[in-house]
Amino acid sequence: MKLIGPLLPLLLVWSPPAMSQANETPRSGYEFMEAATQALQDDDFLNPGFFLVDEGERLWSKPFGPEGKSCGDCHKSIADSMRGVAARYPSFDAELDRLFNLETRLQYEISERMGGPSLPYDAPEILALTAAVSLQSRGMPVIAPADPALEPFVEIGEQIYAQRHGQLNLSCRQCHVDNSGNRLRGDIISEGHINAFPIYRLLWSEPGSRHRMFEWCMQSVRAEPYARGSQEFIALELYLASRGAGLLIEAPGVRR
Amino acid sequence: MIKASLCGVLLAVVAVYSAPAHAGPMGRLTDMPGDARRGQAILSDMSRASCLICHEIEGLDEKDQGQIGPPLRGIANVLSEAELRQRVVDARVMNPDTIMPPYFSLDNLFRVAEDHRGKTIYSAQDVEDVVAYLKTLKGK
Repeated sequence: MKLIGPLLPLLLVWSPPAMSQANETPRSGYEFMEAATQALQDDDFLNPGFFLVDEGERLWSKPFGPEGKSCGDCHKSIADSMRGVAARYPSFDAELDRLFNLETRLQYEISERMGGPSLPYDAPEILALTAAVSLQSRGMPVIAPADPALEPFVEIGEQIYAQRHGQLNLSCRQCHVDNSGNRLRGDIISEGHINAFPIYRLLWSEPGSRHRMFEWCMQSVRAEPYARGSQEFIALELYLASRGAGLLIEAPGVRR
Repeated sequence: MIKASLCGVLLAVVAVYSAPAHAGPMGRLTDMPGDARRGQAILSDMSRASCLICHEIEGLDEKDQGQIGPPLRGIANVLSEAELRQRVVDARVMNPDTIMPPYFSLDNLFRVAEDHRGKTIYSAQDVEDVVAYLKTLKGK
């Protein structure tokens, strides 16, 4: 009791402010933004992410490769053919035996199917097309991965999520589950959902992908990030889709 | 009643973790005694994994203080110098699941960025200076 006595006042005063529970309804990052940031996302004419969407819609009809085919030549209207696609990605292609997210799928389509250039994961064209495709699912709920072939990848994603990384020795979970709603520096920690990507990030003054955000987080805890477009990051993306199932797609989102 | 039972649970936790059998009181890491003023400067530098990112210290001139860990005002009333030092060096010794980064340990870290590999967050003297500052956090 001698040891415990002096600690009592501290314990009585302090309890973690907002421990969130696992099975609660997920809350979009939008809810953690200031009103001005939300307003920027809400207005398609002010939302800077729409420059990216416009560019993506232009690229939809741009020919890539020797046959001079564009995405639109096969898929026709982006609004019809891409509706709901972003809500069910990442997905597993059984024929190719490969896990794809939107970006790697677009890379594949352009280089392999259309015989076009091998655009890097971060190519502005890939990001813009991802934004235009994602817009076609805006307002639709994120679908939990149901394909049994995805299960092992969801598990890998969850392991990465729970693994402490870097010199600061932090896991995604410790901040975005155990401490969401609490202040880190001046910011309220969100639940780390990915339903608004690609986002225009005010800190970057430009749009970015989910994997760029993962990379930023990992660098913040002084960890060696996985590569953008890597299987690790796509698996993490997949786990986050399962964690955030039911959230509405907000692309293109605006975040601080 | 809820408060009382919560307190009971916390007491049990404290009873388990306050005196780990394998770690005696942690002595000074350097010959040079800690400098509380330098400690305050280190701890106020938000670019250096500052305590203030997660903890509140009332009265310091920093508006962006966090609330991940307990506020540190009065911490010197409840923890000894050795206990403060142990928490800064590696709080996992008290609680393996702590969210608090180990400021002076290289044990069991995963995928540390190249720039930081093999280095601790604070130097031994940084730890001593910060502990010297934390020791001044008395009063209510």
